[in-house]
Amino acid sequence: MQPTNTRNPDYYHKVVDCQWGCPAHTNVPEYIRLIADGKYTESYMLNRESNVFPGILGRTCDRPCEPVCRRTRIEDEPVAICRLKRVAADLRGDIDHLLPKAAETKNGKRIALIGSGPASLTVANDLLPLGYECVIFEALPKAGGLMRSNIPSFRLPVGVLEEEIDMILHMGVEIHYDHRIESLKELLDTGGFDSVFVGTGAPKGKELDIPGRQEADANVHIGIDWLESIHFGHIDSVGERVLVIGVGNTAMDCCRSSRRLGGNDIKVMARKSRPYFKASPWELDDAEGEEIEILVNHSPQKFVVEGGRLMGMVFDLVEWEGNEKGRLVSKKLGEKFIEADDVILAIGQDNAFPWIEKDIGIEFGDWDMPVVDRATFMTTLEGVFVGGDAAWGPENIIWAVEHGHQAAISIHQYCQGESVNDRPPQGMNLVSTKMGLHEWRYSNDYDANLRTEMRYEDLEARLADMFVEAELGFDLKETVREVERCLNCDIQTDFTANLCIECDACIDVCPTHCLTMTHNGEEDEVRQRLTAVAENTEQALFASEALPQTARIMFKDEDLCVHCGLCAERCPTAAWDMMQFDLLNPYAGQEPWPTTAATASTTSA
Amino acid sequence: MSYITKPSARHPRLPSNAVGLTVRDYEGSMSTLCAGCGHDSVTAALVQAFFELDIEPHRVAKLSGIGCSSKTPAYFVSEAHGFNSVHGRMPAIAAGANAANRDLLYVGISGDGDSLSIGLGQFCHAIRRNVNMLYVLENNGVYGLTKGQFSASADIGTTSKRGEVNEQEPIDPVNLALSLGATFVARSFSGDKAQLVPILKAGLAHNGFAFVDVISPCVTFNDHEGSTKSYAYTRDNMHEVIETDFVPLRAEIKTDYADGSVQAITMHDGSVVKLRKVTEQYDPNDRSGVVDYLSETRSRGEIATGLLFLEAAGADMHGFQGTVDQPLVDIPYETLCPGSAALDQLQAEWR
Repeated sequence: MQPTNTRNPDYYHKVVDCQWGCPAHTNVPEYIRLIADGKYTESYMLNRESNVFPGILGRTCDRPCEPVCRRTRIEDEPVAICRLKRVAADLRGDIDHLLPKAAETKNGKRIALIGSGPASLTVANDLLPLGYECVIFEALPKAGGLMRSNIPSFRLPVGVLEEEIDMILHMGVEIHYDHRIESLKELLDTGGFDSVFVGTGAPKGKELDIPGRQEADANVHIGIDWLESIHFGHIDSVGERVLVIGVGNTAMDCCRSSRRLGGNDIKVMARKSRPYFKASPWELDDAEGEEIEILVNHSPQKFVVEGGRLMGMVFDLVEWEGNEKGRLVSKKLGEKFIEADDVILAIGQDNAFPWIEKDIGIEFGDWDMPVVDRATFMTTLEGVFVGGDAAWGPENIIWAVEHGHQAAISIHQYCQGESVNDRPPQGMNLVSTKMGLHEWRYSNDYDANLRTEMRYEDLEARLADMFVEAELGFDLKETVREVERCLNCDIQTDFTANLCIECDACIDVCPTHCLTMTHNGEEDEVRQRLTAVAENTEQALFASEALPQTARIMFKDEDLCVHCGLCAERCPTAAWDMMQFDLLNPYAGQEPWPTTAATASTTSA
Repeated sequence: MSYITKPSARHPRLPSNAVGLTVRDYEGSMSTLCAGCGHDSVTAALVQAFFELDIEPHRVAKLSGIGCSSKTPAYFVSEAHGFNSVHGRMPAIAAGANAANRDLLYVGISGDGDSLSIGLGQFCHAIRRNVNMLYVLENNGVYGLTKGQFSASADIGTTSKRGEVNEQEPIDPVNLALSLGATFVARSFSGDKAQLVPILKAGLAHNGFAFVDVISPCVTFNDHEGSTKSYAYTRDNMHEVIETDFVPLRAEIKTDYADGSVQAITMHDGSVVKLRKVTEQYDPNDRSGVVDYLSETRSRGEIATGLLFLEAAGADMHGFQGTVDQPLVDIPYETLCPGSAALDQLQAEWR
């Protein structure tokens, strides 16, 4: 193996599993440490830098950071990262003076943002301070996109939602409500915009085209439209018996909303079994905690309507088997009629671009979607960008935010006459956390506590009112407990080979058998002869330069390191140091980070 | 030393041994020795040896005297018995404990000060009695605990941290042990676990006094240029004269060395120690030959390592005394001490 280049930001970034897993690369360990210090405002602002909506995301994020959390490899459960984010948002102080401000001097460039969801708002957030004029066109009477219309208030209180949206709108966005763009051509021709960003989401709920659908129409609802109607007060009741078709996160919001609008016999109907559910595990738990039944292997066959009234649905009872191509195929075992007063369809969402003319230079590809560059977010028509769910179909809020950041970089470069393809690099800082012989600038003592359980509002009280937030959030004691579970993966074990005297101290003390000194070889082969076999090839294997006394190599399997710092503490020559890694994300209009990392260290010569 | 305890987090795929324990179950409390101390590596080698031998912790008794080395028993097999004696008096305590309960595995940890200065007499007599124990001498050539004065094992010409040169003749514990009739004599290096672990395992299997001199650098007071017991000097000058492989009783002996370079020695408990000569003409059964060889290599400035001498057969302390097989501690008091009537009767027989 070649010596590992730890000065490439990607190497240490990948060690911080949560940050690497987060599309916006939020600095999770640092914001958790700030919470631990009681610095909620600072923690909130650090979050906001990358994810823009900490209060909203602290309640609704799809949490790509959690399943990859190092803790899941040491024990079962990840750190409750998302819920800690909410703590920072709930307990922060006044931040008005800390928020970015629109530049007083405008640069004369006008940007149109179509839709006011997280992607468009992020673009505005990044471009307003640079002097751009941002004009949002929103089809609905209020801003927020799917964050507003599709996430029920018992998960995301309106106050939290509006506060964070307003932080951006109040910077000086020009927003036109109830203004649906019907023709992109017209906007381009007559709007006088230098660039256009399309952040219209995936607003069309999928249909279930089976017999009886038309006849039953009065009691069959499209999930996302139904949720939107609830939000705007157009719907305030539902039948007692409700079937929700589909088992994604929208289905969970629909069934839980039904429970609050008068439904008391609610069934979520899944075609497949639990391992194939699209909904996040915690959302499934929350639904089942509200006495909602989830039925598996029920495939919708038809709606049953009698006398013009929906009676229920017939389902095929199926089982699934893999065929020779490895695809699952269903086998019908029987059928079953299930009574229902209302049926809600939550089987997916589609994009819809009837308003983008096909002859204006925007190329369309598969599934009638505009072709969008994965890095620049530009369409084939220069100056027109797409992000969020509008780009490649439904994802989640945090992806939309990252799309917004990247699109803002592109729009800025485009408007300044620079190539959108020159992506600004990430940078890094690396600073020793050594404070004394046994003292580090972080809490290195391993805490064996299991994940802190969330407390919920009393079931009766929460089902009685759509606006009562179900999760109570962590109190101070729970917060203090949970922050200590974070392993501080950003505090890196940084090795300087020429200082090593090969005394074995680090290897002897390592609690998880990460370290080995041995002769070099090919990675696959080296992985087999380490102190503990390094089976997880997803995680990097660090290889040092040749050691001074024996020319052996120090190897470190990054997989299970708990960042306790004992290797550095037991190292007589400070060949190991615990260095805080700080990923420097590029944002629009910022001076590019130096590609050779600026490092500050007490040990490196 | 470290302020935090070693994290309880462990590798989820850590193997278990025949008694259902992982290697981490053989650890002790956190070491408070200096960072990088050779003694901590000896500790780790002991942990590994106990784990690999499937030893139940309650069958082990750890003993030590005073000094940095003598802190070691606190750092391995925390579930074992232990005794920390007066400076240099550990061998007598070990002999006494062994006399009372021959069923335990005795491990004595000492240093060059504890064994070669204040406790030299004790050390010698434990060898003569062939007390059944593993005796590890963590040898760093200095009195680390009192800030780095030369110890009795400091070589002529070695320098202290401040630059003074040692002019007094050292005591070579290996030479001493051989001259006193030791039945198991080895030398190793804390920085070479591949060598040290099998030697420790063989020592634990040996019926008698198994002496292991471990060069264990003092990272604080004796790891500088000019020292003959530093990591770098030891690495540069050690040469392995014999390679040790330990085959436990239950394992099948797979490798067959046709050229006769390997000698398989069956130990008291049925396990096998295999010795492979690295150096021609070296015979680990020839006591005087070994003494000559070591004196020759020493004069060249070489540090000969390996299981240097082994005499597996022969009596240990209990053998010399003709004690019963059952540990004295298990014999009912009435049997062990039948009372004054029995004494009267015995004396009457001699009248």
